[in-house]
Amino acid sequence: MSTPLVDIRNVSHRFGQLAVLKNVSLRIEPGSYTILLGPSGSGKTTLLSILGGFVNPSEGKVLIRGEDCTSMPPARRPTTTVFQDYALFPHMSVGANVGFGLRMQGVDSATRAAKAREALALVGLASTFDKKPHQLSGGQRQRVALARALVIEPAVLLLDEPLGALDLKLRRQMQDELKAIQKRVGTAFIHVTHDQEEAMALADHCVVMNDGRIEDEGAPERVYARPATRFSATFMGESTILAGNVSGNGNGHMTITTEIGPISLPGTSSVGTGIALAIRPEHIVLGEGRSDTPLGTAKVSDVVFQGSFKRVLAASNQNPGLQFIAKAPASAVIQPGDTVGVSCNAGDIIQLAG
Amino acid sequence: MRRIVRIASLAYALAVYAFIFLPVVVLVLFSLQSTSFPIPPFTGPSLRWYEAVLSDTRLTSALVNSLLVASISSLAAVTLGFLSAWGFARFVLPGSALLRGLITLPLTVSYLIIGMGLLVLFNWAGVPKSLLAAGIGHVVINLPLCFAIIYSQMGDHQINIERAARDLGAPEWKVLLLVTVPVMAPAIFAGFFLSMTFSWDEFVISFLLTRFDTTLPVEIWNLLRSGLNPKTNAVGSLVFAVSIVLVVLFELTLLRRKPV
Repeated sequence: MSTPLVDIRNVSHRFGQLAVLKNVSLRIEPGSYTILLGPSGSGKTTLLSILGGFVNPSEGKVLIRGEDCTSMPPARRPTTTVFQDYALFPHMSVGANVGFGLRMQGVDSATRAAKAREALALVGLASTFDKKPHQLSGGQRQRVALARALVIEPAVLLLDEPLGALDLKLRRQMQDELKAIQKRVGTAFIHVTHDQEEAMALADHCVVMNDGRIEDEGAPERVYARPATRFSATFMGESTILAGNVSGNGNGHMTITTEIGPISLPGTSSVGTGIALAIRPEHIVLGEGRSDTPLGTAKVSDVVFQGSFKRVLAASNQNPGLQFIAKAPASAVIQPGDTVGVSCNAGDIIQLAG
Repeated sequence: MRRIVRIASLAYALAVYAFIFLPVVVLVLFSLQSTSFPIPPFTGPSLRWYEAVLSDTRLTSALVNSLLVASISSLAAVTLGFLSAWGFARFVLPGSALLRGLITLPLTVSYLIIGMGLLVLFNWAGVPKSLLAAGIGHVVINLPLCFAIIYSQMGDHQINIERAARDLGAPEWKVLLLVTVPVMAPAIFAGFFLSMTFSWDEFVISFLLTRFDTTLPVEIWNLLRSGLNPKTNAVGSLVFAVSIVLVVLFELTLLRRKPV
């Protein structure tokens, strides 16, 4: 087995009494785009700071290219960070900002300027070389920060919520550019975000974090289609969650008693096991449908038109505490107050540990 | 009625400014007197007393001394103040709040007490009365001021800028010199110019701690002992003019905020 580019081994970290990372292990492959996805307080930014060398973990090790970097200062690590607030040097020109890392390496000023121009061209800002950071827009500053971090050719580029301060449209645009730049330079990117859309759009490898632990990791398609835990089923995209118990099994099928009645699914869990079923909004069929698993009826409580679809919330008539989240076609005729049949296909139901 | 109120408030404002500035105006006006007594009627304008001041080597050497003491002690105060502000802002220190309180405490102690304390201390330590001793005294009074100004401007948003520099390979002294100092430059210059102003005007500590070579305020006091004459007015006006320049520099550096 090849050595991973980054190998995080059993890292735990506490701030005073508060445990923010609990025995986290993670391997990152060369040239990959990894997203650390999680809500605030999940420990994702702390993990990034540990990778960057700004925080020394209470326990565990960080190996980069096989070398133990756990307590190596940021200056000596083969990593660079793009900070959330960009952290450009306000008193220096854009060119001097980008050339700073090379200057610290003792590169002469002509080579420095040439490389800085090259890096600025890579992010599409060749013309800003002589400007000051305050003359640039937020999106442009972001790109300067990216160029500044990339110009010294790090083994790993760390991005701390890099798109957090941009407006939605610019965010989506920068997202595409980040991916394109990453493919062009081939550097491994590790990117922290709480935006699941960003995660799905960018990641080769998506790491879902919650409460100091890794809940799930893998290709975003896999994490979305088959989330490993209840948390990742609700954080990486939405899901309707049904709680239940296995009440019978045989022939590779089991019956699960849920709050809205029995559901039959393939599986071999023993009787009495608690189980949670997650269903993605696009898999829930409202009204008469050709799906194989009925989920009772529900009263529509809210319909939000989203352009290409309608997002429908409906409370189950069998258990008013259960809220179905469904995606209906934009053309669907559906209004709050309507009572509709709810169903789905057994194959689309995700089984999670209860 | 409204008009009366407006006139009254105008008169009030004028009275307040007159109260503040009349002494200075009188001082400057009679420095231009052409006769030997700085009393009405005004006989000038004439620059003869300024010529007298500038040809008096005691006064001119005291002026040079004052400038030297002010600039060197301010440089020391601002350097030490900056380093302590940086230390308090960037590192978790035991008893940080208490230590910060202690470092700014001399701001509340009278110059007389500080001067007497230093006099006793220097006597005991065998440091002779000198410009150096007065300069040290000025560092003592100006360091807390520089610290307070620089510390107040040292926000958290600069932490990431320093981190970025470290991340890009800068050793700690380069982080300070190439990033922190330039970013903090307005506060550092403000601290420097305010220290200059205070040191330039300072009398009590210089009086207690100098002997033969002394600073301008002490020399002016010597001059005043032989009574008022337009020469004292002229030298006072010069001191005032330098103070104004320093205060304007202070205001400009602190108030002209750079867009970040």
